[in-house]
Amino acid sequence: MTETQQIVVVGGGMVAHRFTEAMRARDTEGRYAVTVLAEEPRAPYDRVALTSYFTGKDPEDLALGDPALWDDSLVTLRRDAKAVSVNREAREVTDVHGVVHPYDHLVMATGSYAWAPPVKGGDLPGVFVYRTIDDVAALRIYVERRRKELGRTVRGAVIGGGLLGLEAAGALQELGATSTVIQFSDRLMNLQVDEGGGQALSRLIEGMGVKVRCNTATDAIKPDKHGHVGSLKFADKGEQLVDVVVFATGVRPRDELGRDMGLAIGERGGIVVDDTCLTADPAISAIGEVACIQGACIGLIAPGNTMAEIAVDRLLGGESTFPGADTAAKLKLLGVDVASFGDAFATTPGSLELTYADPVAGVYKKLVVTDDARTLLGGILVGDASAYASLRPLVGAELGGDPAGWLLPEGAIERPNVDLPDEASVCSCNNVTAGTIRHAVTDQGCHEIGEVKACTKAGTSCGSCLPLVKKIVGTELEKSGIELSHALCEHFDMSRAQLFSAVQVSELRTFSQIVERFGSGRGCDICKPTIGSILASIYNEHVLAADRAALQDTNDRVMANMQKDGTYSVVPRVPGGEILPEHLILIGQIAQDYGLYTKITGGQRIDLFGARLEQLPSIWKRLVDAGMESGHAYGKSLRTVKSCVGSTWCRYGVQDSVGMAIALELRYRGLRSPHKIKLGVSGCARECAEARGKDVGVIATDKGWNIYVGGNGGFTPKHAQLLVEDVDDEAVFRLVDRYLMYYIRTADRLQRTAPWQEDHEGGLDAIRAVIMDDSLGICADLDAHMARHIDSYEDEWAAVLKDPERLRQFTSFVNAPDEPDPTLAYVEQRGQRRPANDAERSSGAVLIAPSRLEVRS
Amino acid sequence: MTAVSSHAGSAEASASQGGVAVCAYDRLTPDLGAAALVGTTQVALFRLADGTVHAVQNLDPFSGASVMSRGITGTRGETPTIASPIYKQVFSLLTGECLATMDKQPHGDLPADLVVFGVTVRDGMVHVDVPGPM
Repeated sequence: MTETQQIVVVGGGMVAHRFTEAMRARDTEGRYAVTVLAEEPRAPYDRVALTSYFTGKDPEDLALGDPALWDDSLVTLRRDAKAVSVNREAREVTDVHGVVHPYDHLVMATGSYAWAPPVKGGDLPGVFVYRTIDDVAALRIYVERRRKELGRTVRGAVIGGGLLGLEAAGALQELGATSTVIQFSDRLMNLQVDEGGGQALSRLIEGMGVKVRCNTATDAIKPDKHGHVGSLKFADKGEQLVDVVVFATGVRPRDELGRDMGLAIGERGGIVVDDTCLTADPAISAIGEVACIQGACIGLIAPGNTMAEIAVDRLLGGESTFPGADTAAKLKLLGVDVASFGDAFATTPGSLELTYADPVAGVYKKLVVTDDARTLLGGILVGDASAYASLRPLVGAELGGDPAGWLLPEGAIERPNVDLPDEASVCSCNNVTAGTIRHAVTDQGCHEIGEVKACTKAGTSCGSCLPLVKKIVGTELEKSGIELSHALCEHFDMSRAQLFSAVQVSELRTFSQIVERFGSGRGCDICKPTIGSILASIYNEHVLAADRAALQDTNDRVMANMQKDGTYSVVPRVPGGEILPEHLILIGQIAQDYGLYTKITGGQRIDLFGARLEQLPSIWKRLVDAGMESGHAYGKSLRTVKSCVGSTWCRYGVQDSVGMAIALELRYRGLRSPHKIKLGVSGCARECAEARGKDVGVIATDKGWNIYVGGNGGFTPKHAQLLVEDVDDEAVFRLVDRYLMYYIRTADRLQRTAPWQEDHEGGLDAIRAVIMDDSLGICADLDAHMARHIDSYEDEWAAVLKDPERLRQFTSFVNAPDEPDPTLAYVEQRGQRRPANDAERSSGAVLIAPSRLEVRS
Repeated sequence: MTAVSSHAGSAEASASQGGVAVCAYDRLTPDLGAAALVGTTQVALFRLADGTVHAVQNLDPFSGASVMSRGITGTRGETPTIASPIYKQVFSLLTGECLATMDKQPHGDLPADLVVFGVTVRDGMVHVDVPGPM
């Protein structure tokens, strides 16, 4: 047995941990003993997850890997033992306590320190950096102390809008402080994302309540009268009151020990190493952020871990070299996904950029591809980085199919089936390949993601590859017969909201095209009406136009409500419940002529029951000729706007509720939506119209109107919640326009406003921010969409009556168009007729045969 | 226009040149059903996107109403289907088999599956073979 050699690692960060872990895993013969000299009084911890320290985690929760590593007989961890000098001749390191550590090989892993620019006032109490647990703990204590002293919310500012800056802004929010990000560049995360991505990011971050101030240089931090941080003074003369400032302006390598030793230092700092991580002294390596490799220091964990693995490999006689930094990054900042990888800024000559932006969903995606659009070069994903794990390993490879598959919402169209080669790296933090993961499933019996993680270490560091790991595991499991499905139906593998964006973005207008591009088969009674409704919402074309009729659900298909015996009910529109006597008379006359059962509906109109399919056109002709129109009682669309009589007659009314109800009903009539929509308008606070039981309730006040949203009756009743108080008519229209259109675009199939509002991230407050503060930048788009709807409205029934082709669908039998369904039978009850039940039929009780009245007028 | 039905009943019907002409093939809109009256029997006719024509009973076994022609056509795997417009049960257009009962029982004593009729298209006319009085 050869003598055990001594390795000393200077630095106790994540890369030191990785080096030690890898050495103990691979050095099975015990050739090396490792001593780690850590400056901090604790074992290496997960610095990337530092912010989670604020969500109640203890420092122990940030521990890396299996703590048993530090109990290994060949590993010695010296905490609170900063190395202060190195004697290269004697091969000895002296720590801050004067203890001398001899080495055969020295590994420099001192990392970086947080750099703050020399700003006046940068040394005031209340100025922090963001690098270590101690920094974070000090920040927490300060914020909590100032909150008590000031007796109000602490105002925080972060200088620096990069990755760390946004982490710090999130940390301030977690501490209950407000936070403003001051960014010198024109956009957030300017090193990772382009202008479009930066805009999307700003919108999303501002939506979380963090203020963003770009293009701003900070001149000075000024003290308050007690000498604490008091305000920021900007180069543009602006000033902002702040109680705490965090610098997140970048890091610099901690290369002072390297300089003292006389090692070569890079132009911008860092200990210069070759591709094997060795310095010019063969007994000294440098790894991680302190290493200047291929001309630069890299402040990311993945390349640091790679360097640690290379150093171990070389010491054990291996041949590996540094492949170049994978600067790809995926982060979740304040709940927002941001990813950037490969040639994100399209610097490759001739490269093409494909972008997709969905401001409603707060998504920006860009792929950079070669000039033939076949090979992936890089990309930026903001808001939805679900494709990152799959895309990153594909950089430099052919995308194999329609690149749009990667840009559209997941599931919108089938993503090109890229079966990653076994050697493709899936987890770059832990260097786990696709093959290793597959092997864990097939040969090591791992059937759950947790088991695969434990077995392979994939996804245990930054976690960004977990979606891909899950997908690979899922595919392998599926091969062995275990399947999972989240599909809308067997034909479409996505939700209604995803389908809505897919249809809108693709501009496809027929079911055949849509199912061919985004789905499979020929559809069914779930997806066909869903697509019929989406097309109607986007284009407001006739529900029976061209091939649309075959998509419509039972009622929309003939624009009437099918009843239990297959006959229909007819409901003309009565806007706001206000009706002319001559229309009342006409409805009564029609009911008498056709023998229809009549009932007043809950929405203040009149329902005529028992009309046969072939009678619908003649009934509607009489209604349309007299100036009435479709009430859309059959549609997933606006139904009615219920009102009380209001100030025009009522002794208590303070506003004209009937006038407002009519205006709203005429504005939104025919608007197709994920489910039915009902509105109500009350003329005073007594609320006789029961408007708070409606999707939108408008209630009069002395000064204008209060708007309530998200009320539902039905199976799960919900009172509507206050959106805004005391607004004028114009504001009612504008806000209700936006609320409804936003709902239509983003709700699930058959999801009413109440559950939509509840499920919406951030609830009503977030919706209010979208439609009142334009937090997603989509208000103009929503307004334009609603304006198009209003402008293009036509009465569906009037249109059908003018179209012989569509009228042909209203026949009882193709070979006997006027013959009534012979199975219909009625009995009389309380002076009207109703369908006979089975007992009445078999007993031959008084039966009324279907009326033979005119079918065509 | 070359459509012919592809289901089992049609071979028999065309062999005997049987069936009653109910309408021109062109009268049927793709994927939009239509009802026909053959004697006292109500038939639901479907011309699908692939050009084939299928005929099943118009009576919906789960509601007892004659409405199957007003349902939505579709597919389940490779099988062409029709969904009831009332309670949404799904039936095979090839065999009439009820593929999804939606947790309901048929109305009265009605069998859950639909009767399938033979269909042929000759000289541009759709012929339905309804055996005997029903």
